[in-house]
Order: sequence, then structure tokens, then C-alpha cells
Amino acid sequence: MGIHEGVGKSGQGAGTGFVPPLQGPVIHIKPSKGWVSLRLGELWEYRELLYFLMWRDIKVRYKQTVLGIAWAVMQPFFTMIVFSLFFGRLARIPSDGIPYPIFSFAALVPWTFFTNSLNQASNSLVTSANLVKKIYFPRLALPLASTLAGGVDFFLAFLMLIGMMLFYGIAPSADIVWIPFLLLLALMTSLGVSFWLSAMNVQFRDVRHTIPFLTQFWLFLTPIAYPSSLLPEPWRTLYGINPMAGVVEGFRWALLGTKTAPGPIILVSALAACLLMVSGALYFRRMEKTFADVV
Amino acid sequence: MGDPVIRIDKIGKQYHIGAKKERYKTLRDTIADAFAAPFRRAGKLLRGHATGAAGLDEVIWALKDVSFEVEQGEVVGIIGRNGAGKSTILKILSRITEPTSGVGEIRGRIGSLLEVGTGFHPELTGRENIYLNGAILGMKKKEIDDKFDEMVDFSEVDKFIDTPVKHYSSGMYLRLAFSVAAHMEPEILIVDEVLAVGDANFQKKCLNKMQDVSKLGRTVLFVSHNMPAVTRLCSRVILLNEGSLIQDGPSHEVVRSYLNNGQGAMSVREWPNAVSAPGGDIARLRAVRVKTEEGRIAESFDIRYPVLVEMEYDVLREGYVLMPNFNFYNEDGIYVFKALDQDMEWRKRKRPKGRYVSATRIPGNFLAEGMLFVTAALTSINPTVNQYHERDAVAFQIIDSTEGDSVRGDFVGRMPGVVRPYLRWTTAFSPNGHN
Repeated sequence: MGIHEGVGKSGQGAGTGFVPPLQGPVIHIKPSKGWVSLRLGELWEYRELLYFLMWRDIKVRYKQTVLGIAWAVMQPFFTMIVFSLFFGRLARIPSDGIPYPIFSFAALVPWTFFTNSLNQASNSLVTSANLVKKIYFPRLALPLASTLAGGVDFFLAFLMLIGMMLFYGIAPSADIVWIPFLLLLALMTSLGVSFWLSAMNVQFRDVRHTIPFLTQFWLFLTPIAYPSSLLPEPWRTLYGINPMAGVVEGFRWALLGTKTAPGPIILVSALAACLLMVSGALYFRRMEKTFADVV
Repeated sequence: MGDPVIRIDKIGKQYHIGAKKERYKTLRDTIADAFAAPFRRAGKLLRGHATGAAGLDEVIWALKDVSFEVEQGEVVGIIGRNGAGKSTILKILSRITEPTSGVGEIRGRIGSLLEVGTGFHPELTGRENIYLNGAILGMKKKEIDDKFDEMVDFSEVDKFIDTPVKHYSSGMYLRLAFSVAAHMEPEILIVDEVLAVGDANFQKKCLNKMQDVSKLGRTVLFVSHNMPAVTRLCSRVILLNEGSLIQDGPSHEVVRSYLNNGQGAMSVREWPNAVSAPGGDIARLRAVRVKTEEGRIAESFDIRYPVLVEMEYDVLREGYVLMPNFNFYNEDGIYVFKALDQDMEWRKRKRPKGRYVSATRIPGNFLAEGMLFVTAALTSINPTVNQYHERDAVAFQIIDSTEGDSVRGDFVGRMPGVVRPYLRWTTAFSPNGHN
């Protein structure tokens, strides 16, 4: 009966000081029709859950690994070495007058953030199927948390990038202040794609098998191993339709001072990223009502 | 007060299920279809149609035009057979899934005990899981901070609170999970006993929690197969059948009519329709009866006399060894015992087709007083499969005797226990202290 008393006590405690936080006026239940609103206000109400989910993803990501958090830098670092050997040394791909290793690494840091987030977030609904089937919360929180959790990895890789710049004797210019904006662009792109893919993944697990293929394809469509200056204008600006092209060239410009004009290409990329994210979020919200039944 | 805390109006829920497969005529059609199907599905997907991966449009209504209101502080049971829509209605009320039609209004926070342990991550420590799980259940961080110590005390895992839960025993894991769920304070508590995993002890905790919550004037919705618990805990019961609300009223009345299925007494149940009777292609249950030794159908029995329980069933396909069995549950939902057919001949012999009546005799002076709920099942062996398993098929009552020749003797107080066997006693006596 000890158990019984325990519950009773807590219950009485509640009667005195406890104000239920989610007690909105009235919750309405009705079928949603057509395109629905994003209900971002609700997402804000659940910000603590978002925070805890993010925190879980960060904590769990490198549990029971020998290298632990070192994985965050290993991936872009070794890709950089492979690229430098094959594309830099053997294929002699131009690198806008910058040492090839740092040229590719500056691109690989945001790129790794993008692909890792994409991988995690696209599977987020399926890996948390248990939650989706049993509890109500704005489902957008799941891909959002997975994507944001990748920020820690990005930060570490970015520190390494700064270290490499010092090693090569490249001092960052004042343009470095644009990095947060460029990161935001990468985040939006990643979210946009993840919203689309995670919602589709609920119904069609084909998506999971498409992602490795998609990211590899996308890698070569993005000026990571090569500079976008290989393309003449206006094609280079048009290249910005791939939002990651703008992000990657932006990083090089802001950190390494490459001449590939950041202006038009980044504008096009920003536009594309916005479009991708908004359309993704709308599609996600439209499909959301079926998640619990289908996942 | 005044306004109901839950009001739903003509709620319906449609599910798409994989339909019968189309018959392909030729291999060429099959291949052509295999190529065309992904495009058809992709098209549907982009238009936002929610069809299953099978992409076919067979639909069922899990709920149809269900309307009811629940007032503040009511404890309402929801009962019905499997597939009646009980869990669907809870899912709609807790907004996990949307209704296809109808509207509803809910005032206050909903918490449910079907979420016990949901979101627990094995790699995180007990402490971390409390915070994560609390947030998932809708608690604010401050609220969790305030109750943290209480939760740890309650779960009795304080020594291991900083150990990853993957190292916990299943008992510890469940205790911790339950403790988080038990400390949220929803205005409306939902208990889905059908889905609640766990042992009897755990279920008891759930029931206790429910009672506490209702004592505080909060509203409780209780979904259960456990008729005794429903009648004991709920004042009002809603009966669902195949997605429709059949009856809504005082628990005893509704439970009674659920058990009776609208015909005859509680201690007889018959399935005149050979197609819809419980079971399948191999065997179907046709009747369950509770009788006195003289063969008279009765609902209540003197504790001193035996009770005969029989099932009548059709074996529709030969070649199976079948074991009839009854499970007996008491008012508290405790599984009192199982009666398995011990017949030496039929235990080994494959049954030919035909109608059978298998009966078992529970001796007098064995069961304790109170209601008993009988589950009738027919099990085939190798592999073990229940051909039918009809919960709460019948129920009967054991009434104590006060004539002095039952186990009770001349004792008049409450006698606990689930059985009350008549045992022999011997007494040795020596007046000077040694034999």
C-alpha cells in the first residue's frame, strides 16, 4: 500500500500549487481538410520538448562508440584527405588559388552538417514511431530536433576548419560574420529536404534506401571537389538553384576570400532554400494527420 | 462545471486497409503493373492521399457517428469486443490521430497511462530519462524539477538513478517509467488497460492511480476488458460494438447487457449464427452455459455446491487435437485458475467433425464468494493455437452460506482470498503440555 500512498500524496501536492501548463482554452478535434496552416505557435508551445529531443539526439549519437565525439570531425577530415589526393593531386582540379585541402574542407564542413542532418531527420519519424503512435505533439519537432542536434558536430568541425586555416596561414576576413547566415541557409535546406523525405518515409520506406544515393548524387552537383568558377556566368548564378552550392561557395568566400562572387548565387540559393523549407513544411503538415495510422 | 470536459459529436474514423489482391491475368500484366504502380502511388502521395503502402482503397470504419459527453469528475468505462473501436476513440481524444468526420471539444490536459515508458532511451540514465519522458508526456521542466525527488522515491531506483536504463531490470525500468507517468497531473486521465503491458502488480498500480485521480475530482476514461474492474471503478460505462455506440449508462446495466449480448441470462451465451460465432475454419464456439449439478441453468450458486460449466462447439475440420479450457477471473480481475480438459482419450485423439459439448465441474466449497467471469477457449496443440478465445463469455455468482457447514463455519467477518477450499483439520490435544 506504500505505492498507493505515494500517488495520493503527489496528487494532493498538485491541488495546491500546480497550474497545468498546456491548459489552453478548449482543444478542438475535427478533421482537417486540404492544405493546413503550419501552426508554428503550437510548435513554440512545445519548445521544451523540442529541446529535450535535441538533447537526447546529441547525447545518444556517440554513446558506446570508441571514438565518441571525434566522429564529428573524422568524417569531413578523411573525406578531405581523399579528395585532396584524388581530385587535388591526381586530377589537378583548380581550387581558386587556395591550397586544395583547405579549399575542399571549407566546403565539406557545411556539407557534412547537411548530409548528416538529412540522414537523421529523414528517418526521425520512423525511428520514433513509438512516440508518434502514442503521444500527441507537433510532429515537426522530430525532424527539427534531429537537424538541430547536428549543430554540435558542425561546431566542432568548424573549430577544426579554423585550426586548419591558421595552419595554412589564412587569416579570416571580416566577412566571417556572414557564417551564421550561411549556416542558417544550410539548415533551411536540410530542413526542407528532411520535411519532404521524413513525411514520405512514413508511408514509403523506399525513401530510406534513396537517401544514400541522393546525398551522393547531390555531392557531385555541389561545388565541393571543384570550384563553381569552372562555370561561366549566367550559368554560375543559375547554379544557385542548388541551395548547397550557394552555401558552399559562401563559406569559401567568407572564410578564405575566394573571388567567386557571393552576391547573385547566394541570393538564388536563399530563395531556393526558402521555397524548399516552406513547401516541405506544408507537405509535412498535410501528411501529418496520417502519421499515427500509417507509421 | 456546467460545460462537459469532453464532448464529441458524430465522430467517425476511417481506415484504409490492404484490400484483396487483384488477380493478375498474365505475367505481362503483372510486370506492367509492377512498373506502373510506383508512379500511381507517387502521384497519389503528392496529391496528399493517405493510402497504405499497398495503395489500395479498401476502407473500414473503425468508428461511426459516436457521440457522448463526459462531465468533470466522472469515471467512465469504455468496453467492447476487440476491434470495437475502444482504442481508436482514445487515440482521437488524445489527438494522436484525427477523426475522419465529426467534431469534439476537450477542456483540460489529457494524460494517459498507455504512454508508460514511451520515449525512454536505453542509453540514457534514469535521471535523463525522467526529464525526457516527462517532457514527452507534456510536463514543463520546472514541473519535473519540482517532482523529481518524489518520482525517484516512488520508483525505488534511487541508487541507480545515474545508470543507463539499459542496465535496469525490467521491474526497475517499469517502476521508473510508471513513476513519471503517475506524477503528471492531467485534468483528464486515460487508462487503456488493453494496451497496458506488464504484470498484475503493474496493472494494480494503474488501477490505484486511477482511483486516486478520480478521488481528486478529475475525469477518468478507462478502457478495459476487465469487467469486474470496470463495474467496481466506473459509475458509467459506454459500450461500443463495431465502431458504434451501443449503450451508454450505469455500469452494472451496461456490463450486464454486454455479457448477455441481449439474450437470456448472464450465465448462458449462445451463438445461433454458425458464420459469426467465435472461431474460424477449424472450430467455432456455439454456446457456453453455467449449470447446477442437476442441470438447471443458474446465475448464482451456494458456495457449498458444485458448479458445472460447459461449452458447446462445432469442429469443422478434422485432424486436430483440441483442448477445451476455461479461465476464471474474479471481480478484481485476478486470474483465479485455468481448467483444462484432462480427458485421457481426447487428449491424444484427433477430433472428427461434429458437435461437441465439453463440461467441467467445479466442486463445492472451493471458490470464494463473489462474481466469476469465464473465458471459454479451445486450443489446438503443436503448434499451440487458440481456435477461439472468448473473454467474459459467461459470468456467475458464488453466494456464501450462513448455515454453519461451509468453510466459514460460524465466522461472520469478511473472508479474503480468491479460493475457499474446504480443508481437513486435525487437532492434537494434551492437557499437561507433552504427549
